[in-house]
Amino acid sequence: MEEEGEVYPLYLPSLPLFLLQPILNHIVEFVRRKNPDIFMRLGPSANKIFLINPTDLPFFLILKPNHLRPSLRAYNNKTIIDHDVYISAKFITLLKLIDAQTDSDALFFNRDIKILGDSEAMVALRNALDDLDDSLAQNLIDSFGLLSAPAGKFINFLTGKPRSKN
Amino acid sequence: MTKSAQKIPELICPAGTPASLRTAIDAGADAIYCGFIGPTNARNFPGLNFTIKQMEQSLNYARERGAKLLCAINSFATSPNIDIWKKAIDDAVFLGVDAIIIADIGMAKYVSEKYPNMRIHLSVQAGASSVEAINFYIDRFNIKRVVLPRILTISEIKKIHAAISCEIEAFIFGNIGMMAEGRCSLTNYVSGKSTNMDGVCSPAEFVRYEEDENHNLISRLGEYMIDCIECGQSAGYPTICKGRYNVKHRNGYYAFEEPISLNLTYLLPDLIKAGVSALKIEGRQRSKSYIREVVSSFRKAVDAYARGEQPNIDNLLALTEGHKQTEGAFKSKIWR
Repeated sequence: MEEEGEVYPLYLPSLPLFLLQPILNHIVEFVRRKNPDIFMRLGPSANKIFLINPTDLPFFLILKPNHLRPSLRAYNNKTIIDHDVYISAKFITLLKLIDAQTDSDALFFNRDIKILGDSEAMVALRNALDDLDDSLAQNLIDSFGLLSAPAGKFINFLTGKPRSKN
Repeated sequence: MTKSAQKIPELICPAGTPASLRTAIDAGADAIYCGFIGPTNARNFPGLNFTIKQMEQSLNYARERGAKLLCAINSFATSPNIDIWKKAIDDAVFLGVDAIIIADIGMAKYVSEKYPNMRIHLSVQAGASSVEAINFYIDRFNIKRVVLPRILTISEIKKIHAAISCEIEAFIFGNIGMMAEGRCSLTNYVSGKSTNMDGVCSPAEFVRYEEDENHNLISRLGEYMIDCIECGQSAGYPTICKGRYNVKHRNGYYAFEEPISLNLTYLLPDLIKAGVSALKIEGRQRSKSYIREVVSSFRKAVDAYARGEQPNIDNLLALTEGHKQTEGAFKSKIWR
């Protein structure tokens, strides 16, 4: 089981968030372009605000999955942002979750993930992400072009698992 | 084939999305059960289930790989909205699914009269647990298979098998509730939405999780607190039947039942000997990761038993509710 509360900076030191934002913009645009069905599955929950807190990183993310203007922005941990859903877990757990490498119900049973707020929106997001066929992480890595090799090595390092395209 | 001849049962696996369906088939499922978006199936959760187009594409995927697709239209049709259920049946027949899983007696009549060649499987939700009840459905609606409620011992299943002419499907893994299946009104009692008529058990829109000052996780359904889970404790689904309550002489007591999952791995040979034709895994609401692991594990287990070997699939404990598993009523009438 994870320990919550304290932040243990992972491998990212105090990363200036403005450097992270173009990557996050790229991720959102990539998902919007490649997986438009995700918004159908989200239904009305596409208008909700999701706060995603990787507990071992010094920032959190705000996801607004509205299909017309989806956005994913990073904020430092001292910022207060109104949200409908709060999701927190270790970064690697969140990564495995969006990549369908682990079962969210099992994480919940084991208390490895914390979910607060609008459960309907959370369930819709989980099911929408789970309907992606391929590895979202791998596809994202590939989408970085020349930077895909170092990005892949970084993700492999974090997950501790070799990653193949299949 | 005579009743005494044993053959390897079909492995029937759940799918809440097209991606889950493909995962289940690739992991070794013989047949998939899934439903349309909306109240016509008993897993009407946000973001789950299939459009007509997705069902068609999924059916093609299954056919190309020799798997069957069973369409679950297994909630109870309610007036004045009967046409929603009839349309789902019409769509399923038009697409050419291999069977329709039905619970509602009116919809069983609709299928058997309008589409007499369509194969009907009687859903667990129908709660048919006696020879008399099952034979009624066979005589009146020509059902080809009954999914038995999880309230029967294996010896009882064997006796039923000897006295009916349709196939038997039995659950072997996943969520389990001890109520008379198909007739639970606990969610309705609190939220106004019915497990069996709206297809939702503890609808997510009514579920709230909160954290108190001691970091205990509090789950609520509507305005009612269901559980307060201390740090370090395993959690279960936020359903009334698996909540903890303060009762006379005991606080925080699982008054109905404990969070636990059915796991019949080691009873598979007995189920097969009892005449079960199809082994069903619960979990249309679960993730691809769950589907991949559970289906591939049971594929190996069923094949191992067929070769006379003993399988080992202890790894499934991590996927069980509350990290606990039971053989339920299949082994004993008392299973608490």
